[in-house]
Amino acid sequence: MLKRKVEDVFNEPGCATNQGKTDKQRKSGCAKPLTPGAAAGGCAFDGAKIALQPIADCIHIVHGPIACEGNGWDNRHAKSSNSQVFRTGVTTDMSDLDVIYGGEKKLYKAIKEAITRFDPPAVFVYQTCVPAMIGDDIVKVCEAATERLGKPVIPVNAPGFVGSKNLGNKLGGEALLEYVIGTEEPAETTPYDINILGDYNIAGELWQVEPLLKKLGIRVLGRITGDARYHDVTVAHRAKLSMMVCSQALINVARKLQERYGVPYFEGSFYGVSDTSMALRTIARMLVEQGADPELIDRTEALVISEEARCYARLAPYKQRLEGKRVLLYTGGHKSWSVISALQDIGVKVIGSSVRKSTDNDKGRAKELMGDDGMLYDAIPPREMYRMLKDREADMMLSGGRTQFIALKAKMPWLDMNQERHHAYAGYEGMVSLISEIDKALFNPIWEQVRTPAPWESICAPLKQREA
Amino acid sequence: MAEVIHPRKSLSINPLKMSQPLGGAMAFMGIEGCMPLLHGSQGCTAFGLVLLVRHFREAIPFQTTAMNEITTILGGVENLEQACLNIYKRTNCKVIGVCTTGLTETRGEDLKGDLKLIRQRHPELAGVEIVYVTTPDFAAALEQGWGKAVTAMVEQIVQPALGATEGQINILAGSHLTPGDIEEVRDLVEAFGLTPIVLPDLAGSLDGHVPDQYMGTTYGGTTVEDIRAMGRSDYTIAIGQQMRYAAAALEAKAGVPFEVLDRLTGLNAVDQFVQILQKVSGRSAPAKIRRQRSQLLDAMLDGHFYFGNTPVAVAAEPDLLFALTAWLAEMGAKVVTAITSMDSPILSQVPADQVIVGDMDDLERGAAEKGARLLMTHSHGRMSAEKLDVPLFRVGFPMFDRLGAAHRRTVGYCGTRDLIFEVGNMLIEHSHEAAPDDWSLPEGEEANATATAH
Repeated sequence: MLKRKVEDVFNEPGCATNQGKTDKQRKSGCAKPLTPGAAAGGCAFDGAKIALQPIADCIHIVHGPIACEGNGWDNRHAKSSNSQVFRTGVTTDMSDLDVIYGGEKKLYKAIKEAITRFDPPAVFVYQTCVPAMIGDDIVKVCEAATERLGKPVIPVNAPGFVGSKNLGNKLGGEALLEYVIGTEEPAETTPYDINILGDYNIAGELWQVEPLLKKLGIRVLGRITGDARYHDVTVAHRAKLSMMVCSQALINVARKLQERYGVPYFEGSFYGVSDTSMALRTIARMLVEQGADPELIDRTEALVISEEARCYARLAPYKQRLEGKRVLLYTGGHKSWSVISALQDIGVKVIGSSVRKSTDNDKGRAKELMGDDGMLYDAIPPREMYRMLKDREADMMLSGGRTQFIALKAKMPWLDMNQERHHAYAGYEGMVSLISEIDKALFNPIWEQVRTPAPWESICAPLKQREA
Repeated sequence: MAEVIHPRKSLSINPLKMSQPLGGAMAFMGIEGCMPLLHGSQGCTAFGLVLLVRHFREAIPFQTTAMNEITTILGGVENLEQACLNIYKRTNCKVIGVCTTGLTETRGEDLKGDLKLIRQRHPELAGVEIVYVTTPDFAAALEQGWGKAVTAMVEQIVQPALGATEGQINILAGSHLTPGDIEEVRDLVEAFGLTPIVLPDLAGSLDGHVPDQYMGTTYGGTTVEDIRAMGRSDYTIAIGQQMRYAAAALEAKAGVPFEVLDRLTGLNAVDQFVQILQKVSGRSAPAKIRRQRSQLLDAMLDGHFYFGNTPVAVAAEPDLLFALTAWLAEMGAKVVTAITSMDSPILSQVPADQVIVGDMDDLERGAAEKGARLLMTHSHGRMSAEKLDVPLFRVGFPMFDRLGAAHRRTVGYCGTRDLIFEVGNMLIEHSHEAAPDDWSLPEGEEANATATAH
């Protein structure tokens, strides 16, 4: 059953890469085989949990031994404006006896205890490798719990060994489609209701964008799953359109919302000025196509013009300081080009960008933006990355936490562009934050100091002996 | 003294515990030129890696055999083989430290047999030590994984002794010692003219230094040559009960006598350590150490006012729990709640009525019920501290929301002195200031109720 589901999410008609494949290629899926001893990144369970845990008022039970939750709980910066219950680390903490006798009864008791204790609107149960291997049927347990305990208990069947984090994102999305979306109705609907898919409100990025939408009278009805409560997910089928934010992570949810409920979708980004504007314009245009008052387009245009002007005015002071600085960008997906365009706006040169996890379209746009000045990399080996920085081919690196210390140990400035970041970089506000963070990092006085030679590296004349 | 309670719970809420393989891998991070490798799904490594990076703020070498659906069914020997080869090719490492996980243990991989096969097939790996240890996620906790990995290093690398190196002693460092602690221990040992071999030596690898070149493996730590030479030492001092097996294995293999010290925090505990050092070195403590002891005495005299009768709730792995609670009790504080991650012989000695093998939820409940004025645990205690509105003294692993985790020092005369200051300052900062209503007389009904009750 899980196998069918994995095949199903791999066979994604909404994905351009997949459309270009033969039947046989399609069947073998799109996951690159992982290389033992040279792999990096999370497992499918990790991906599923990343996609669903931001549903803030729910309890998320990890069914497995301690590693899966104990080593990783409360480790992301997905923000919630209301309940903080989702940050609670909850696991069945399977012992050797549970492995021998099976963990289904323990899981049922755990669900029951969680409901009594926290009274959440719903419980999510995550399968992991060990219970999957011993045959614990979490779907059956969740069914029984839903029936007897009177609350939705949702199985998320994505044990780590089935694949990568990205696959896990999609399997998490499947659980929402199967058990959550469409199970409740909104109190009212308006022609201005939208879904945002694939944004997890890391460091509060949604909050940089929502004021813009609010100003236009647009309501985020369905949140999948940034700053969501359970109810915000159940009613997503009543929105007028979906904006799919994080490239391909939840494309299956976007497409199935369209197929099942007629909710059209588009792929957009809130990184960079031009992208933010384009996203707002697209939302307005599509809402009007769905029956909203056409004056929305004019209002959107006016907002975009005034916000862009305000943003550029705030960026202007940085331009002089940052003009000509060279940056190595090591991120992926749509960020690879949307950030390039943002940096170029203020005169920063991108000498290289990785295009891991990026679509062909992403790569094309990145290449076009950088011209002959920059290189596109699939992956840069750490040693080479260290050399580029040490040799000062770049003035700074923007990347994720994994590569942070390559830059820092080369005594070069670094800025976090990834999931663990503490700063929000979305929308017009986010661009101003990003540029001011780059400025802050580049001009910190420590760089001069840490690069000065140690006292013993320079020879100095010995002190003259005092005469007796 | 303490009764050890194992609640039969179905649900662990806000875990204190981390897994055995993570502890095993951490121990391997104290070996020079090493690549720790978890034999499991790639998530097993990824979660641990993120946690270690957040704690140490360092590049962490850590690999995975990346087991997938098919190899989980058919067996992981090929993944292990490929992983060893890829690591060797890419990093030119000297040691690969293989830890199993829940996944490979549930399947029942024959690690020893598999590695023998891999060695036969790949003579090019001859120069690499491949140390293996079984660490299922579903048993025990981080501390035990650490202990098992060090035992495996001793059994698989140490060479039976041919003679002794005079003045050389082995220090087996438990998982609760930070790089700063290890530096303190080394300073103490060297003050007696002894040459310590510390295993594992996180102070060499994860003390946060800036090397001159890029390294794909650990940069620093105990060298393989030093581990081999441990059999030639005069004596072994194991710090923490978790290191007893490793010390015993070393004695069995090379005849090095040993002593296990339960802790190195607190005046009496450090005195005991210094006595052993005097005995092994045949020297009396040098002036510097005497001065440090005197400074500790003074810190105790100055600090005891703030500790006396203060109710404290502590959650930590067994050896750290014992070190902290014993020291708190010696300062006059009351350990009202003691929570730990797994069973250990040391737990019965914890100066509290009971020790619960539990989670942060148990800590929070206990602290609330007993009116604790201070929480001591790792960073995951932050939500409980916030809820209870009680200060949190962060200690142990992980400490991801503060700088300098590697250099927090709690051992030796100096470490104990610093600990008194840091915890004492926290108590001073959160001490109760007198208010007008503090001493109001009992109200009418309440007073009557009290009168009838008597």
